[in-house]
Amino acid sequence: MKRLVILGAGTGGTALAHILRRRLSPAAWAITVVDRSPDHYYQPGFLFVPFGLYAPRRLVRERAGLLPGDVELVIAPIEGIDPAANEVRIGGGEALPYDILVIATGCDIAPGETPGLLDDWRVTAFDFYTPGGSAALARRLESFQGGTLAVHVNEMPIKCPVAPLEFAFLADWHFLRRGLREAVDIVFVTPLSGPFTKPAASAALGALLGERGIRVVPDFAAERVDAAARKLVGYDGREVAYDLLVSVPTNMGDQVVGDSGLGDELRFVPTDPKTLRSKSHENIFVIGDAANVPASKAGSVVHFQARTVAGNVERAAAGRPLAAEFDGHANCFIETGRGRAILIDFNYEVEPLPGRFPFPLVGPLPLLKPSRLNHWAKLAFRPIYWRLMLRGRPLPFISDRMAMAGKKRPPAAGATA
Amino acid sequence: MPQRQYGTAVVDVDAEGFMTDPSRWTREIAAAIAREEGIAELTPAHWNVIEHMQKEFRETGQAPSIRRLSKGSVVSVKDLYALFPGGPARKAARIAGLKKPEGCV
Repeated sequence: MKRLVILGAGTGGTALAHILRRRLSPAAWAITVVDRSPDHYYQPGFLFVPFGLYAPRRLVRERAGLLPGDVELVIAPIEGIDPAANEVRIGGGEALPYDILVIATGCDIAPGETPGLLDDWRVTAFDFYTPGGSAALARRLESFQGGTLAVHVNEMPIKCPVAPLEFAFLADWHFLRRGLREAVDIVFVTPLSGPFTKPAASAALGALLGERGIRVVPDFAAERVDAAARKLVGYDGREVAYDLLVSVPTNMGDQVVGDSGLGDELRFVPTDPKTLRSKSHENIFVIGDAANVPASKAGSVVHFQARTVAGNVERAAAGRPLAAEFDGHANCFIETGRGRAILIDFNYEVEPLPGRFPFPLVGPLPLLKPSRLNHWAKLAFRPIYWRLMLRGRPLPFISDRMAMAGKKRPPAAGATA
Repeated sequence: MPQRQYGTAVVDVDAEGFMTDPSRWTREIAAAIAREEGIAELTPAHWNVIEHMQKEFRETGQAPSIRRLSKGSVVSVKDLYALFPGGPARKAARIAGLKKPEGCV
């Protein structure tokens, strides 16, 4: 009997356990999934919690109920990975040997990386990437009567790179409905040179931020937070004053990845971008946010990666060559407030383009343009997540590889400075 | 594909002005791109960063992030911002003839 060990029962680990349990013979392969906590959160929901649109308790389910019955789930801290011995050490010193390992440990915020950010944590400085952070921020926003709200991205890459923009748009809408919009100055502070990483989307989103009166401070790298004076201080000497700071701190991979020597300077695992195998070990694969591949850290990306990882685990188990097929596909709804959302669909090579999705002309969803239908599609995604995505089932009309059908390339633009 | 002329050299660049073929890079091109980025003159401290970035790119296939540059103890983050005001990793990569750092996804 051989053993496949999956570290992490999040979006990637759970979907992969389902796909591989269907594909690997139970007589030949045991599958064990390890996670440190029993709760699985619907992370896209955290964005809506600060505005009172979702209650945190409605976003959580038990991991045990989300995995197939013939997969072993171990809830325990992961204390070490020893690739030379092909084993994982879990809480209490128990060793878990593996033939093939999948690292699906995701990433988390690391506010301690920015001096001063934790000084007034969840009093004047908040995150919304965690259950506790989004709930604390909901309480603060309820009583916020006006002043400068700074929405801040500390360092790339981050999980769900559109989430901070969505937060800014939803904040605009929130204060508008409460009749406080005039009293609140919303400023978007980013280390990028525009609101998004890719040019066409950055231009479209920049225009929309302008329409909503949200000021962008680009190219800003925070050296520290001066919590007492309530300001962000940049390496270049610029300062951004705030009354309320909503920060997306530096994101890092799991501690155990770093401690085991498997990570880069942000504890992300160096991974082949097309096969999704570890660059250093032939029997280790990586899915989702834990990998250092240049794709967005997002649930849709995990979904599109899952069949490549599952196929390559099968191939590795049979001693066959791997398929280099993952194309970096991401598909993200960006809430823009006022009941509308933008949809973007892109991969390693093709930036988000305007057009229609998934079908040319008829859509029905417009790309790179706010629409009510995109907003409803985003809300409709939650049941799809629990019912299809976590079980590794294909999503209706969306292929793993990005399709060009329906997308319009802009006229060849001259180079920009 | 867009092209840019730097002195007598015409090079292919991507939509954001990053060179697509690092083998065409010369120190003269670097100086011209630097002027576009608002850096009038490349000093030995600039060259130190540029050459380190190119070395990392040869070894890893990626232009290093600010965090990686500073951990490599070539230069502090503060000095990087003084040398390449605005976006140091992006500007230095562009001047070094490399593609945009992949940290910016």
